Amino acid sequence: MLLAPVVWALTVGVAYFFFAKTWWFPPPINQHGVAYDAQFMRTLVVVGVIFILAQFALGYVIVRFRNDGRGRAQYTHGNNRLETLWTSATALLFLSLVVMGTKIWAGVHFDEAPPDAIPIEVLAKQFSWSFRYAGPDGKFGHIDLKLVNDSAGNPFGLDDKDPASKDDIVSASLKVPVGKPILLRMNSRDVIHNFFVRELRMKQDIVPGMEIPIHFQADQIGIYEVPCSELCGLGHFQMRTTMQVMSVADFAAWQQQMLAQK
Amino acid sequence: MSSPVVHAHHAPEGFIRRYVFSLDHKVIGIQYYFLGLFSVFIGMFLSLLMRYHMVNPTVSVAWMAKLWPTAAAGGVMTPELYLSLMTMHGTIMVFFVLTTVPQSGFGNYMLPIQIGAEDMAFPVLNMMSFWTTFLALVVMIAAFFVEGGAPLSGWTAYPPLSAAGRVTGPGEGMGQNLWILSIAIFCGASLMGAINFISTTVDLRCKGMTLMRMPLTCWTWLVTAILGLLGFAVLLAAGVLLLLDRLAGSSFFLPAGMMISDRILADHKGGSPLLWQHLFWFFGHPEVYIAILPGMGVTSQLLSTFSRKPIFGYKAMVYAILSIGFLGFLVWGHHMFMSGMNPYSAMAFATLTMCIGVPSAIKTFNWLGTLWGGKIHFTTAMLFALGFVSLFVTGGVSGIFLGQPALDLYFHDTYFVVGHFHMIMGVAAIFGMFAGTFYWFPKMYGRMMNETLGKIHFYLTFIGVYCIFTPMHYLGIAGNPRRYSAFTDVEYLGGLIPVHQFMTYAAYFTAAVQLIFVVNLFWSLMKGPKAPVNPWNATTLEWTVPSPPPFDNFAGVHPVVNHGPYEYSVPGAASDFIMQTDPPSAVPSEH
Ligand code: HEM
Ligand SMILES: [Cu+2]
Ligand SMILES: [Cu+2]
Repeated sequence: MLLAPVVWALTVGVAYFFFAKTWWFPPPINQHGVAYDAQFMRTLVVVGVIFILAQFALGYVIVRFRNDGRGRAQYTHGNNRLETLWTSATALLFLSLVVMGTKIWAGVHFDEAPPDAIPIEVLAKQFSWSFRYAGPDGKFGHIDLKLVNDSAGNPFGLDDKDPASKDDIVSASLKVPVGKPILLRMNSRDVIHNFFVRELRMKQDIVPGMEIPIHFQADQIGIYEVPCSELCGLGHFQMRTTMQVMSVADFAAWQQQMLAQK
Repeated sequence: MSSPVVHAHHAPEGFIRRYVFSLDHKVIGIQYYFLGLFSVFIGMFLSLLMRYHMVNPTVSVAWMAKLWPTAAAGGVMTPELYLSLMTMHGTIMVFFVLTTVPQSGFGNYMLPIQIGAEDMAFPVLNMMSFWTTFLALVVMIAAFFVEGGAPLSGWTAYPPLSAAGRVTGPGEGMGQNLWILSIAIFCGASLMGAINFISTTVDLRCKGMTLMRMPLTCWTWLVTAILGLLGFAVLLAAGVLLLLDRLAGSSFFLPAGMMISDRILADHKGGSPLLWQHLFWFFGHPEVYIAILPGMGVTSQLLSTFSRKPIFGYKAMVYAILSIGFLGFLVWGHHMFMSGMNPYSAMAFATLTMCIGVPSAIKTFNWLGTLWGGKIHFTTAMLFALGFVSLFVTGGVSGIFLGQPALDLYFHDTYFVVGHFHMIMGVAAIFGMFAGTFYWFPKMYGRMMNETLGKIHFYLTFIGVYCIFTPMHYLGIAGNPRRYSAFTDVEYLGGLIPVHQFMTYAAYFTAAVQLIFVVNLFWSLMKGPKAPVNPWNATTLEWTVPSPPPFDNFAGVHPVVNHGPYEYSVPGAASDFIMQTDPPSAVPSEH
C-alpha cells in the first residue's frame, strides 16, 4: 500500500527534471540539431506519457485492489481483444517514431557531403586529436606512418618531399568557418575513439583501419568542446579538444597565420 | 519421460558428495546462489570505490594505497585503476551475478521440482557446470593480482584496446589474458548448463505437465537456456579469436597501419575491429535477456500468486517470451549505430529493436491486467515483484530513445546509456532475485524470512536505486560521456559534478541498507520460524513437497498434473487456489 505513494512520488520526481530541464542539452548550432531536438521532444512526449501513465496505473491498482479480506479476486484468464489492441497500438507507436527519425539519420549518413564541402582530416590517437587542412593548393600531401613524429609536431607523418604537403596545415584543435559545409575524414592510429560535439548533436566512432567521413555545417560562431566518447585507455577522460567556429574572414586569417608559422 | 517404476533415491553419504561435489540440483542451485551473492558484494564494493573516485579524484585515502600499492600509490586512484575497477565491476555483475543467480541458481533449484522431475537430466554435467563457473570466477579475480592489474577495456573488451597487448595500457597484459580466459571458461560452463536446462524441460516433465501448463518461470528458464546455448557459443569463439590475436600473432581484429605510442605494429594486417563488436553483441544483446527473462518469470509467478488471480493472458505471455527470445538475436546492431558500420543497416536494426519493444510492453500490460481485480497481499516478495514492474517500465522507456539511431547520435556512450542498462538489466534483474529469494526461501531452507526487515530493506532499496540511476539520464542529456574516471578536463562536465555527488551519496546509502538483507538472510537461515509446506497458498508443484524437499524431490512418488499453473479464485472451488496436482474434481463442474 505504502508502495503506491512511493511510486507516485518517484515518478513525479523523475519527471520534474525533464520539465525543469535543469541539466539539459546546450542549444544546437545547426539545422540538424534543431531537427534532432524536435525528434527528441516528440519521443519525450510519447515516452513521458507512457512512463507516467504506467507508473500511476501501477500505483492505482496497488491501492484499489489491495486485499480487503472480502470475497475473492476476479477470475479471468485474459482478454484477446485487449491483447490485440495493445499489441498493435504499441507496435504502431514505436515504429512511427523510428520512421520519423529516419530523415535525421539520413541527413547525417545517407546524404553525401555537398561538393564544395571543406575537407579536413581528423587523426585520433591515445590521447590527443590532430586536424589537417589541405592548404591553398587544395591537395593533401603524401603521408607515411614511418615519418610520424609527435614531439616534432608531425602526428600525421607528413612527407616533406611531396610538394602538396608543403602547405598542409596541422592543428591540435578544430577550426571551421561558420555556415560552410565541412567534411571530416576521420582516422585513428591506435584504438577506437569517438568524435562528439554536443552542440552539433553528432557523434561518430573513429576506428583504426577505416576512414570514416562525417559532414556538417555549423551556423553559430563560438568554441565548443570535443570530448572523446569511446573508451580508449587510461587517458580517455583527458582526451579533449575544441571546435572553434569562426567567421569566414577569421578562418582565412587563421590559415594564413598557420602557414606563416610553418 | 519418467520411468513407470517407482524408486526412491537415497542421498549420498558424506559431506563432500553431499555439499561440495554434489549432483543434487538443489544443492547446486544453492551453490550458484551463494557464488552470485559473493560476487554481487565484490561488484558493489568496486562500484563504491568508483563512485568515490569520480567525485574525489584527487583525495588521498590511506587504505587504498595498502590495497593497490602501485595503482593507487599515495592513496589516490590512478585513471587506469578506475578503469580496471569499472571493467571488473561490469564483468562480475553481468556474468557472475545476473547470469548465474536467476537462471543457474533459482532455475537449477526450482525447474525440476516445478515440472515434477527428480533432478536435472544430466546431474554430472550440472555439477561440472557449477565448478567450471567457480573456476571462471577464480581466474577472473586473479586478474587483479597479476602484473599491471585487471584489464581496463570494459566488459565489452573492444579491440584494438583489448587486442594489441600491454602497449595500450596497464592491465592490457596478463590481466586481459586472464579476463578472456575466464570468460571462455564461463562460456563453457554456461553451455553445459544450457544443454541441461533444455533437456530437462523437454524430457522430464511429469504426467499431465504439458508445455502450456508450465509455470511462466519454466518458460523463461527454457528460453533463457536457448539464448545461452546460441549466445555463449558465439562469445566463446570470439574469445578464442581475441586470445589468438594477443598470443599467437593472428589478426582477426587488428587492421594494417596501426601505430601505438610511436611503435608501428607491422606484423598485423587484415583484421577488423568491427568484427569483434558484431560477435560480441550477437551474444551481448541476448545476454541482457538472459539477465532479465527469469526475473520476468518470477514476477509473473508472484503477481499471480499474491493477487490471487490467474495470470492475465498466459498464452500472450508465452508468445511474448518466445518472440523476445527470437527477436533478441536480430537486434545486436543497435549497440553499433555509431561504430562505423553501414548506416543503412541501422534502419533495419532500429526497426527490429522497436519490434522487440512490443513484447516487453505486452508483458507490462499483462502484469497490470493480472493485478486488476485482484486481492493483493503485500508480502516482501510481492513488493519486490511490484518494484520490478516499476523499474522495468522506467528502464524500458529510455530504450525508446536509444533504439532510434537518430537520437543515439547524441546518447551513445553517455551516462544516458549507463542509466538505461542499470535500471533495466541491473536493478530490475536484482529485484527479480530479491523477489525470488523472499518467495522461495521457505522452500529452500525450511524457514521463513523476517517480513519486517524485508519490507524496510525493500523500501530503502527501491528509493535508493531510483536516486542512483535516474539522475544518470539527465547527465546523458547534458552530454556526460561514460567511462570517465574524473570530470576535471572537460569544462562543461564541471557543472555536472553536484549530480554525481548526489548519486555517490545515494550509492553509499543503498549499499549500506543491503546489510539489512544480509542480516535477514543469515538470521533467518539459522533462526527463522519453521516454514510450512505451502506458506503462500500457491499452486505450483514445489509447494506440494516438504520444505526443504527430500533428496529426490517427490520421495519416489510421480506427481500427476491436472491443472494449469495459476488457478486462483476459481468460482465455487473449496479454496481460493487449486494446486496443479489437485484432482480434476477440484474445479466445480459448471466451469
Ligand atoms: C550499487 C549499485 C551500483 C552502482 C553504484 C554502480 C555504478 C556503476 C558505475 C559508476 C559504472 C561506471 C560507468 C562508467 O564509467 O561508464 C558502472 C558500470 C557498469 N555497471 Fe554498475 N553499478 C551498480 C550496480 C550494477 C549492477 C547490479 C549491474 C548489473 C548489470 C551493473 C552493471 C554494470 C555494467 C555492465 C557496467 C559497464 C562497465 C563497463 O563500462 O564496461 N552495475 N556501474
Ligand atoms: Cu579517445
Ligand atoms: Cu541490445
